[in-house]
Amino acid sequence: MNWIWSNADYIWDKTLVHLALSVPPVVLAFVISLPIGWLANRYRVSRGILTVAGLFYAIPSLPLFVVLPAIVGTSLRSPVNIVIGLTLYGVALMVRSVADALGAVEVDVRQSATAVGYSSWQRFWRVEFPLAGPVMLAGLRVVVVSTVSLATVGGVLGVNGLGLLFIDGFQRDIPEEILAGIVITIVMALVLDALLVLLGRALMPWNRPGGASRASSRRSSTRSDATGASSALTPRREAVGS
Amino acid sequence: MNFFAEAFAFIGDGSSWAGPNGIPTRLGEHLWYSVVAVALASVVAVPVGFAIGHTGKGRAIAVAVSGGARALPTFGVITLIAGLVGIGLTAPMTAFVILAIPSVLAGAYAGFEAVDRSTVDAARAVGMTEWQIVTRVEVPLGLPLLIGGIRSAVLQVVATATLATIVGSGGLGSYIIIGLRANDYGRMLAGSILVIVLAVALEAVFSVVQRLVVPAGVTAGRPTDSRARVSRRAPGTATPLQEEGTQ
Repeated sequence: MNWIWSNADYIWDKTLVHLALSVPPVVLAFVISLPIGWLANRYRVSRGILTVAGLFYAIPSLPLFVVLPAIVGTSLRSPVNIVIGLTLYGVALMVRSVADALGAVEVDVRQSATAVGYSSWQRFWRVEFPLAGPVMLAGLRVVVVSTVSLATVGGVLGVNGLGLLFIDGFQRDIPEEILAGIVITIVMALVLDALLVLLGRALMPWNRPGGASRASSRRSSTRSDATGASSALTPRREAVGS
Repeated sequence: MNFFAEAFAFIGDGSSWAGPNGIPTRLGEHLWYSVVAVALASVVAVPVGFAIGHTGKGRAIAVAVSGGARALPTFGVITLIAGLVGIGLTAPMTAFVILAIPSVLAGAYAGFEAVDRSTVDAARAVGMTEWQIVTRVEVPLGLPLLIGGIRSAVLQVVATATLATIVGSGGLGSYIIIGLRANDYGRMLAGSILVIVLAVALEAVFSVVQRLVVPAGVTAGRPTDSRARVSRRAPGTATPLQEEGTQ
């Protein structure tokens, strides 16, 4: 424990760097996967995108971080390299969530929106996107947790972040250092995950637990059942992931 | 692009294929670790997962374990255990088993959970014992999801085995680490390409296996679905990897 207290500044510094390494890929992955996920859901032929994304996710992280510099020309120890790699993983995960989420929006709802005069652009942003929110949020939560954890692999290559605590702790035989790295990584993942949940509640008040009971008309309760069913499905799917 | 030329020259070079540091040896180690670790993890996780899936008890724990495992930095776990038990095979193997358990567990219980309750009730109604329900109804119907869990465990371990060489136990990752220390990027790239090919090949094999283990009765019942539905389900079963081995 002594080691941790006397090196608190060092650990804090690594934590902040790690945070800066983990957050941009999550934001980028979400933005990039929106159009791709929409495409994968919209046209049957483009469902193949999901297979490619699944296959891409099979690529182990360290080899990906090694191969990327040869393709995009970054330096091997550059944080940009790690951010690009993590963004690609995030997109690979998120594209399916977006496609599934948009696919779960009921046809009736979409057609009603068209019937009352929404253009397809308006319909997407005002009807489909909000209704797809809960399922996309579930996907994004998986992305944020795995991103924080995967970012430590950069430490193998010497990229600054919590991963350096593992290498350094192993080489200098300081188990406390490694343990501190593991605990902080997990805590950071859980905190960011909790922040996403809070953000989701703020942006999607209709999805609040218990909100369904307030719905009086039969129609809205059916709808919340539908969203409930799809979001109940999603955790089960993701649970099998590791 | 000349880096890739260098990497392929290394892979193509006859001397890379011989001796204790040769590609076949390293590939063998890599595969061996992965198979043994997932087998050991399955011995523990499959019965527990089946028990949770069948009784519905302990589900919250299983969800917490499989969800929480995602946050666990694998690289940290390996170095921590290696620091405690010393360099050698014990450390990485222990880490691999720990890392493989959540995926297999989740696959096992999710497979049981995905079985329609009315199917189970029907089995009970025609007089099957609980044991028969498990072995003849729930296991076959849940098998695709269990295979999906094993698939993500294998991929997880194949990925993590790349890091095992840091604590001194070979595998294909050794080319990456040796290359890193010797500033030989071509060699690092060669090692990375080999691991990627291995992982993608395993992923492809598993996706075929997963489709083959769907019981005939289940596929026979599907043609009543509309075409759109079928095509939507197909990718679901085909790429469980989605959320790091979804489904």
